[in-house]
Amino acid sequence: MNGRFGEYGGQFVAETLVGPLQELEEEYQKALLDPEFTAELDKLLKMFVGRPTPITELHRLGATENGVKLWLKREDLTHTGAHKINNSIGQALLARRLGKKQIIAETGAGQHGVAVAAACAYLGLEATVYMGRVDAERQAPNVQRMELLGARVELVDLGTATLKDAINAAIREWIARPDTTHYLLGSVVGPHPFPTIVRNFQSVIGREARAQFLEENDRLPDAVVACVGGGSNAAGMFSAFLDDPVRLVGVQAAGEGKGGQCGHAAPLLYGDPGVLQGTRTYLLQDDDGQIQLTHSIAPGLDYAGVGPEHSHYKDTGKVEYISASDNEALDAFVALSSQEGILPALESAHAVAGALKVARQCAPGSTVLVNLSGRGDKDLTSAMAALKQREENAR
Amino acid sequence: MKRIEQTFTDNRTKDETTLVAYITSGYPLLGETVGLISAAVEAGADVIELGVPFSDPLGDGPVIQATGQAALDTGTTAAATLDVVAEARAAGVEAPIVLMGYCNPFLRYGLTQLYDDARSAGVDGFVVPDLPVSEGAEWLAHAEANELGQTFFTAPGSSAERIAASAAASRGFLYVLAANGVTGVRKDLDPGLDAYLERVRAAGDTPMAVGFGISRPEHVASLHGKTDGVIVGSALLQAIGAARDAAGRRQAVTGLISSLKAATR
Repeated sequence: MNGRFGEYGGQFVAETLVGPLQELEEEYQKALLDPEFTAELDKLLKMFVGRPTPITELHRLGATENGVKLWLKREDLTHTGAHKINNSIGQALLARRLGKKQIIAETGAGQHGVAVAAACAYLGLEATVYMGRVDAERQAPNVQRMELLGARVELVDLGTATLKDAINAAIREWIARPDTTHYLLGSVVGPHPFPTIVRNFQSVIGREARAQFLEENDRLPDAVVACVGGGSNAAGMFSAFLDDPVRLVGVQAAGEGKGGQCGHAAPLLYGDPGVLQGTRTYLLQDDDGQIQLTHSIAPGLDYAGVGPEHSHYKDTGKVEYISASDNEALDAFVALSSQEGILPALESAHAVAGALKVARQCAPGSTVLVNLSGRGDKDLTSAMAALKQREENAR
Repeated sequence: MKRIEQTFTDNRTKDETTLVAYITSGYPLLGETVGLISAAVEAGADVIELGVPFSDPLGDGPVIQATGQAALDTGTTAAATLDVVAEARAAGVEAPIVLMGYCNPFLRYGLTQLYDDARSAGVDGFVVPDLPVSEGAEWLAHAEANELGQTFFTAPGSSAERIAASAAASRGFLYVLAANGVTGVRKDLDPGLDAYLERVRAAGDTPMAVGFGISRPEHVASLHGKTDGVIVGSALLQAIGAARDAAGRRQAVTGLISSLKAATR
């Protein structure tokens, strides 16, 4: 592991964290070679997380776009309702190997926080979750779930009180207690080795989905689509298709849909490379290198940076990055629910909206596999309010 | 960098601890920064560490975070901070001035241009808290080409190999983090600090300055002979923040620095 993805990645951290990061990398590599570790992880993925998750063929959505067939990878059906649990259970096992009982984590949408709380409760670890106050308000059910699952939730008032600020708070806490605490980072962001470890724990999504799709269709999909905030569900999904002749598409949050440096969370479309939270990657920043405010209706995508591996794939063209606005995501949220009976998270609704754009460009009869990273129960209040607002504005 | 080396050498000869004073550029107003630097130097600060504000200062606690945000709110940038240094030099400040800042604003400025402009403005070196030695090669090359200092860090948990690497790479002085955590006033120094300072001392002859939690004269006095220098930041900014007006802020700097300076001998 060298921690570089082309010119991105690295380990831009305080000296205090260099030792703990090294220790984490060494323990991770030992764990990979330890049959007991891999057997326990496989068992937990099966019996606690509920893997494998199925793939589901859609019959209406997408059919009107050139007769394209959409398939979903159903990460919404995992225990706790999103892909985040794949990484949380893996890293919680690592923390236990490291002898660290205190777990800290950040959360945006609350899905990672809930997954950490559940994994820690199951494995007998103590969890503290940092969450921006704004996110806690728009994802209130997840705050209650975390607390019920035994986690301490620390609300963060700094900055915009969203995901980036929650990560800052968690990193500062980790710097204070690096010897006894494991920082269970929830996405493919941050300093090396997190982007690699998290991607590897999420690669189960891609491995399963590729095999399942081949089994059902005797061929690979023409395109694979996933939403990209930090980018962990996409990194896990894409990892199985990197050597295949398959179009890979990441969907970022276009927010208000006006582009520029503000009002969205799409650094891969509108940002420039820089260093934030330990890694070199595309960022939304101003001319002086200050990090810009972001906006997305989906808290899990509302982030000024992105995983360094995605920055590399953008530059090499391995993955195409497009965007979906708040409005397009809301349309997809409603459409998938009413036409297919599946209620997606607002984050995953961006992937569905992006997949419909991809479908319009596909040849008739093509197939598109979409990673449905999480379920939308947590979003009901904010999505219904946004839909009502939109209706009123249209009058 | 020569000015930094000379300062530490002179103080070693006199058996005095070098006093490094941290001030956030543009706090509370850009127009006051030169005056606060002058006040600190006149009261006995040997080196000025001038902070370039960043929106996401991961190594800083609430006090320095708040000063940085206030400075950003009034438009303080890396370029404006270089102007502050040039003005301080024009006003006759001769003490070494090092710029403290996080990677991103410096990278955005462009490292080639930054080190070139810094040398022209009268800057003596750089302190970059999110730049460990393993990521520092390019920065060091620019520092060498411009004869500027480049400070790396040690932490209480750093291995002997990492302490040696940071000491060997540092130009000017080595920043010894007195504690885990972020910047901020702490009541007491860590009981394990002496043994840790001995480990750092054993790693080489690069001048070392201890920071994080140094706020009182008794802290400074207790470190005499165990380190070449001490760094005071949050306590100074708290004193500045508590004063009512510009004159009061200069007096606050004079008062705290004088009392700390007396403890360096």
